[in-house]
Amino acid sequence: MADQLLDVKGMNCPLPILKAKKALKDVPEGGTLEVLATDPGSVADFQAFCRATGNELLEHGEEGGVYRFILQKT
Amino acid sequence: MNNGTEQNTAIDPKTMCIIVTKGSLDWAYPPFILATTAAAMGLEVAMFFTFYGLPLLLKDLDLKLTSLGNPAMKMPMMGGHMGMPNVVSMIPGVDRAATKMMSNMMKKKGIASIQELRDLALEAEVRMIACQMTMDLFEYSLDDMIEGPELGGAATYIEVAVKSHINLFI
Repeated sequence: MADQLLDVKGMNCPLPILKAKKALKDVPEGGTLEVLATDPGSVADFQAFCRATGNELLEHGEEGGVYRFILQKT
Repeated sequence: MNNGTEQNTAIDPKTMCIIVTKGSLDWAYPPFILATTAAAMGLEVAMFFTFYGLPLLLKDLDLKLTSLGNPAMKMPMMGGHMGMPNVVSMIPGVDRAATKMMSNMMKKKGIASIQELRDLALEAEVRMIACQMTMDLFEYSLDDMIEGPELGGAATYIEVAVKSHINLFI
């Protein structure tokens, strides 16, 4: 169970990344953030975001048009 | 060889500087999307607003769009993509309709408004510089603008750009 859940379904680039960045502020170090998105661009974006910021993308998947990301704050 | 004047010319790899020269509804997006996303990814971002980019700093944004002279503008309509001939774009009221159509499309597809992106940029401490010369030229005052931007000229921009890893002219 992630420490925080962020629902950005229906939001388009760059909102998923921007909201995730904001939400991560409230996540303790080592904690996790679960993100639900419908923007297909977010798949590549969250990988790039984690590579650039050093946060880890623990898992990512898609189910019924909804993309799910688990980010770990490092 | 060090001549006594220390000058730090090292480029910081996590910096970006954007010159914003256009202010229509469509062209307002690239600078704000790139600036906010770069800031979210840890870059230090500066935006220099000049000429028609300057109105993007106004308190009351009234961004418009035109299809006139915009041959690549083909909007999703009736299953395909349709452009508009210039002679139609010129008719009074058509620009307003195009603007309304674009903003409705954006709302429907969950795309942030420019106001929202601008607020996020300020929150992310993106440095915003308003071109002093353009302010004088078009007779804008700082009172017309939102809180946050500083005034500067070309030299201010050059100083920031010299240290920026990414320099964009939009």
